[in-house]
Amino acid sequence: MSTKSFLIINRRPPYASNLAREALDSALTVAVFEQPVAILFLSDAVYQLLPDQQPAAIGQKSLAANLQVLPMYDIEQLYVSARALAERGLSTDQLAVPVTELDDDAVQTLIKQHDVVLNF
Amino acid sequence: MIFTIVVQGAPHSQQSADSALRFAEAALAAGHQIHRVFFSGDGVHNGSDLATPQQDERHLPRGWQALVEKHQLDLVVCIAAAIRRGVMNDAEARRHDKAHGNLADGFNLSGLGQLAEAALVSDRVLTFGQ
Repeated sequence: MSTKSFLIINRRPPYASNLAREALDSALTVAVFEQPVAILFLSDAVYQLLPDQQPAAIGQKSLAANLQVLPMYDIEQLYVSARALAERGLSTDQLAVPVTELDDDAVQTLIKQHDVVLNF
Repeated sequence: MIFTIVVQGAPHSQQSADSALRFAEAALAAGHQIHRVFFSGDGVHNGSDLATPQQDERHLPRGWQALVEKHQLDLVVCIAAAIRRGVMNDAEARRHDKAHGNLADGFNLSGLGQLAEAALVSDRVLTFGQ
């Protein structure tokens, strides 16, 4: 089977829609196909990375547990928009998992570097 | 060029559902190939046989079916997203104790692996978002 690099782009907050879960499911599926996967968090998707999420209060399942299993699927390249964090008063040390901060130019470069981009 | 199209928008809720169909029609008319159309999230509603828009409105399930007839387009509806939203074929309906299925002819239920496979063999993957 051929190999392509995949970039999963998250733009939405964790529980306002099903997109965050679909993005994670897609990332895991692509990893099962033994393709390299990176995940980029833009805009309100940075809220997916916060610790201490308690979605049970609104009858939803936590996404945080799924984030923790990513390394088991060899998904270790997690990127976040520095601007998205700054606009929301957040910094990487407040996030639940280690992520690499990228400025806008680096985000562009990251997208260019990948063969397949899936948007959520 | 070989395209794969991902549809996340539901008919009548998101213009992206209509845009996806229009893109597919235009790409095929221009001589491109579409390896697969993958309906995920709310996009699974594009595959409902029960959709009954008014006669002067666009009918997206029929639009996709027309492309299947003319171009043997492969329409795959994400099974996990579909059954939780009440879109399923007769086999799934029986399995879940429902009176009947409602997946329109020409659409098939399958998993996310079909998206991964399609991305590997396509030149471009286009997402029509939610």
